[in-house]
Amino acid sequence: MDIGLTHYLTVAAILFTIGVFGIFVNRKNVIIILMSIELILLAVNINFVAFSTYLNDISGQIMAMFVLTVAAAEAAVGLAILVTFFRNRGDIAVDDASVMKG
Amino acid sequence: MPDLSSALHLAASEVTLAVGALVLLMVGAFIGDKSARLVSILSVLLLIAASVIAIVGPWGVAFNGAYVADPLAIYAKSLIYLSAAVAVVLGDGWMKRTRIAKFEYPVLIVLASVGMGMMASSGDLISMYVGIELHSLALYVLAAFHRNDVKASEAGLKYFVLGALSSGLLLYGSSLIYGFAGSMRFEDIAAFAQDNPGPGLVFGLVFLICGLAFKVSAAPFHMWTPDVYEGAPTPVVALFATAPKVAAMVLIARALEHGFGDAHAQWSQVLIAISLISFVVGAFGGLAQKDIQRLLAYSSIANIGYALLGIAAGTAEGLQAMLMFMTLYVIDQLGFFAILLSLSKSGRPIRRIADLAGLKKDRPLTAVALTVLSLSVLGMPPFSGFWGKYYVFGAAADAGLWPVAAAGLVASVVAAFYYLRILKLMWFDPPLDDIATDAAPVEAKWIGWACAAFAFPLVIVGLTWLEPLTKVASAGFGNG
Repeated sequence: MDIGLTHYLTVAAILFTIGVFGIFVNRKNVIIILMSIELILLAVNINFVAFSTYLNDISGQIMAMFVLTVAAAEAAVGLAILVTFFRNRGDIAVDDASVMKG
Repeated sequence: MPDLSSALHLAASEVTLAVGALVLLMVGAFIGDKSARLVSILSVLLLIAASVIAIVGPWGVAFNGAYVADPLAIYAKSLIYLSAAVAVVLGDGWMKRTRIAKFEYPVLIVLASVGMGMMASSGDLISMYVGIELHSLALYVLAAFHRNDVKASEAGLKYFVLGALSSGLLLYGSSLIYGFAGSMRFEDIAAFAQDNPGPGLVFGLVFLICGLAFKVSAAPFHMWTPDVYEGAPTPVVALFATAPKVAAMVLIARALEHGFGDAHAQWSQVLIAISLISFVVGAFGGLAQKDIQRLLAYSSIANIGYALLGIAAGTAEGLQAMLMFMTLYVIDQLGFFAILLSLSKSGRPIRRIADLAGLKKDRPLTAVALTVLSLSVLGMPPFSGFWGKYYVFGAAADAGLWPVAAAGLVASVVAAFYYLRILKLMWFDPPLDDIATDAAPVEAKWIGWACAAFAFPLVIVGLTWLEPLTKVASAGFGNG
């Protein structure tokens, strides 16, 4: 069986959906949310690289590089904010982030 | 012909800000937290210099279409940089009074401004994404800037998670657009969309709009707004309510008009739906609020709905109306937050709406200024907010969207209730306690009064300047 563009897009769509559900369904731990965000960005990268190869156009791969870089910066900022949150609350359960309603 | 020096000349304002931010970071790192005041002053000068550079700089396209310096970008940038400078001024005094003065605050705002400038100037999907992330990452940190405060760190966390999710949606949309149109550049995408905006492209477009709607806090993507407005430090909220909103609105206008000009029928429906939901959420959500900043969050959701209506019209007049609306709105918001920052009782900032009771006895001038600003945000003629809405509703009605404009009018009547409640408390209710408000910090007081003076009567003079400027900025947009 040939692995074509559709297969890559399907895998990316599934990973993206898992990532989005990971953010909304997960009620336990903020670290899992960070992992879900990473999953979303990687799903998008699969999309970009697959399209780039399919179109024979380099800009998709350049974008993938940018996304990787930004994902690293985002993880750093996210963890830093998580650390301050943990210092103030002593816990990182998602249900605890509810001093303010909504 | 790609020529690096002319390209850098076009992007001079961003280059100045980026280099300046690094220099300021070094200054701060060497002198330590004592340098907060010095770094603040230098960043204000840097932001003003960047907006001057943007205004006098040449127009053109650089970096293979990734960077656009046109009148729209220049107008947006000067507004963004100047409101960021006001946020630095407001923040400097506030941070000192709450004893969390750190030199990182102005540097983060300058870095966010680089990103916002990139957003306003982006000509392809890559520079759009990089601009958005550059400003978002700085804003996540700013939201949690008061790091010993439970609410601030919670606000930062919520903003981060939802912001990252919205970036993910936006990126997924970008990847689909890239795949189906075969190019990152808005021009090429527009050329492709002209022939057949197939389902793949429209699907990507919807994801892109959802991601951007998160950034401007339009309903139904507004969940982060009330919590972040309540939890984040007040001067940071003053920034959130102004500069990033302008940058994201201009980005939405550019991406949709430049990238999908001929698919107007598809995206205008999405924008109309979003602005209708924003009217409803903003007007009714604000009714039950007790916290002033939460109230302002709902007010901003409703106002973003009006601004999106201008873009949904899809005409040059619509874009012009959006720019006018955002300019007047930014000035109103800065004034509102400056006055909030100037009010405190025995060292504690005023946070509940009920605390404003009897303000006229204590601080008559400030009560007058707050009244003018409330009436302006409410949209009462002849205050500045009315003129913003007047242009937006006019442009929407011209484009055949008068039912939506009518719904907007109804929503602003509902929203009038919560502004009038503030007025009633200030002028007619007795104070809650006998504690007098503290002496107001000079800078916040004067910025608040100046913005109120602009809301009325200076706006009448201001309009004669703003109208031709926004007309130039919006020329060449839309289908007719």
